[in-house]
Amino acid sequence: MTAGDDLAIDVTGLQKRFGALHAVKDFSIQVRRGQICGFLGPNGSGKTTTIRMLCGLMKPDAGSGHCLGYDIVKQSAAIKRETGYMTQKFSFYEDLSIRENLSFVARMYGVKKRRAAVDAMLERLGLTARARQLAGTLSGGWKQRLALAACMLHEPKLLLLDEPTAGVDPKARREFWDQIHQLAHDGLTVLVSTHYMDEAERCNQIVYLSMGQLLARGTVREIVETSGLTTWHVTTAAPIDLAQALRKEHGIDMVAAFGNTLHVSGADPIALDRAIAPYLRDSGARWDKAEPELEDAFIALMQRSTPNVGVGAN
Amino acid sequence: MLLRFWAVLVKEFVQMKRDRLTFAMMIGVPILQLILFGYAINGDPKRLPTVLVTSEASQYARSFAAALSNTGYFQILPDPVSAARADEMLALGKVQFAITLPPDFARKIDRGEHPQVLVQADATDPGATGNALAALAAVANTALGHDLVGAQAPAGGAAAPFEVRVQRLYNPEGKSQYNIVPGLIGTILTMTMVIMTSLGMTRERERGTMENLLAMPVRPAEVMMAKIVPYIFVGYVQVAVVVTVARTLFGVPMVGSMVLLSVVLIAFIAANLSVGFTFSTIAGNQLQAMQMAFFFFLPSILLSGFIFPYRGMPQWAQTIGEVLPLTHFLRIVRGIMLKGQVWTEVAPELYPLLYFMGGTMVIALLRYRRTLD
Ligand SMILES: Nc1ncnc2c1ncn2[C@@H]1O[C@H](COP(=O)(O)OP(=O)(O)OP(=O)(O)O)[C@@H](O)[C@H]1O
Ligand SMILES: [Mg+2]
Repeated sequence: MTAGDDLAIDVTGLQKRFGALHAVKDFSIQVRRGQICGFLGPNGSGKTTTIRMLCGLMKPDAGSGHCLGYDIVKQSAAIKRETGYMTQKFSFYEDLSIRENLSFVARMYGVKKRRAAVDAMLERLGLTARARQLAGTLSGGWKQRLALAACMLHEPKLLLLDEPTAGVDPKARREFWDQIHQLAHDGLTVLVSTHYMDEAERCNQIVYLSMGQLLARGTVREIVETSGLTTWHVTTAAPIDLAQALRKEHGIDMVAAFGNTLHVSGADPIALDRAIAPYLRDSGARWDKAEPELEDAFIALMQRSTPNVGVGAN
Repeated sequence: MLLRFWAVLVKEFVQMKRDRLTFAMMIGVPILQLILFGYAINGDPKRLPTVLVTSEASQYARSFAAALSNTGYFQILPDPVSAARADEMLALGKVQFAITLPPDFARKIDRGEHPQVLVQADATDPGATGNALAALAAVANTALGHDLVGAQAPAGGAAAPFEVRVQRLYNPEGKSQYNIVPGLIGTILTMTMVIMTSLGMTRERERGTMENLLAMPVRPAEVMMAKIVPYIFVGYVQVAVVVTVARTLFGVPMVGSMVLLSVVLIAFIAANLSVGFTFSTIAGNQLQAMQMAFFFFLPSILLSGFIFPYRGMPQWAQTIGEVLPLTHFLRIVRGIMLKGQVWTEVAPELYPLLYFMGGTMVIALLRYRRTLD
């Protein structure tokens, strides 16, 4: 393996059906070692299903590929040994204490110097004082931290994290991402699904899924550019009324309120200019041309892929 | 390999320790059952295999055998055997009765000497022999009616031409608890072992921990063994409880070797656990698992000879019974506890148990899903 050596994840054409539902359609990605890849998409878009196929928890109906150089279908045992998978739903033993859960995981992966490793992990996550608490009695955020600790215990080469920071407070979230960057710097590859835009912006590469289809892929900048959006920020005293008026205009695809500021975007710059022209003269509002944000880009992508959501942009 | 097995094993023990109620039930249920079942259930089995020990082929002997057959309770084996062979057949449970006609049976009757006929009954299960023995007493008076002439012809109210002496082996007082209690060991083990393990994988699935377990590099056989082993331990505790209580409450003896029983127990417990584990790989949720456990448990208690004497069952039921581990274990445990059977006598019943265990384990491993779909 020479060409693929550099790629931690290299899959092409993955398909998964659940009966009539086509959950993942022709999915391909390549992630280089040491990269952080963000996995975004609306609920039910197939993120979890894709991650499960990557670590051998589900068999793809079609498609093939490698994770860490191992075949995802035939060598899933080897992938599991070197991968840490954090499930979206908490899936550790609620009737075991934090320490017992970590010890269990450490034994499963044959971690050397188990005790020391577990102690160090408890310390690192600030769980030492709660080590004897049953996992089932932890608060949601602490459960997430335990799960994260557990999947890093065996020093995996690839981390698959399914919404690891859901329900985690901002400070812990920040610390978590600092840690992820440190790990990636040391050569670990991370694939992380999230619904948070600020987290997406901290990834080297973003993959956007919708209804099982890969809609966009690239850096934040690339995705914003491919969305082809033009965005204006409008500051006004009466944002709700203005938003209602703007939404009716042809050529304006999105209007979102952020306090007193509205983000107004459109895919077709000429149509957008024509639509907002009458409003620019309104003295009660200040219009500034702005860079479209990732979230705007995603919403635009979503609207385009699902004709029944919002007004079609094209 | 060992480490991962050990990881799951430790986890299972901790979970068992946390679940105190279940643990208490596993000890409490046997005691309750023991007391409830301690009071017998009777059946009326027919056509019990009977062997004749006789050296002559007189008309009297033939008539006696025919009369026994006519009661419906006895099925006389065609060839008479030696006394030693008859003892052996009784000990192995091949026959229920051995009937010994004394030498010169016919001549003694003709002379009016009232010879003594010895009936040895395997009374391990008194329910199986009680009615047959009652019928036997009546036969003695009438069996030779047509054959006797002259002075020997029984006048009204006269004594029978020969005497019947009954010897109840293994359970001289005909106590049904003697039979029930060893059987209860098998029944209790079947029930708890199958139910507990049938929940094993389904619980992981229902609590959502399955996804994590599958994401770890553990092999199906490792998970299976680790989920089975803790219950072997539980099984031994249950047996210890039942044997102790049975002794103090009903005075059930322990004639044979406790060591032998312990060894055989492993096979029996493991056979049941692998059934439970197989169920847990099939069932979608814990309720289904429980239902499957009962689906297995019912034929086990009904067709194994625990409730109804095995020989009283129709052929098809015996065929099913022959497959079930409990059937063989009942024979073994009764053999050891009441008859003092030794290794060589127990072995023929042990093999079917082991085949059963091997078969179900293979099914379980084939059924074990390594993925979430
Ligand atoms: N085991 C399954 N059986 C049937 N359908 C399934 C199964 N798992 C997932 N699906 C369906 O596949 C689709 C994709 O689900 P998936 O969990 O991958 O979405 P997701 O992107 O992770 O969503 P979320 O952001 O809500 O976590 C959904 O419509 C879901 O209902
Ligand atoms: Mg998901």
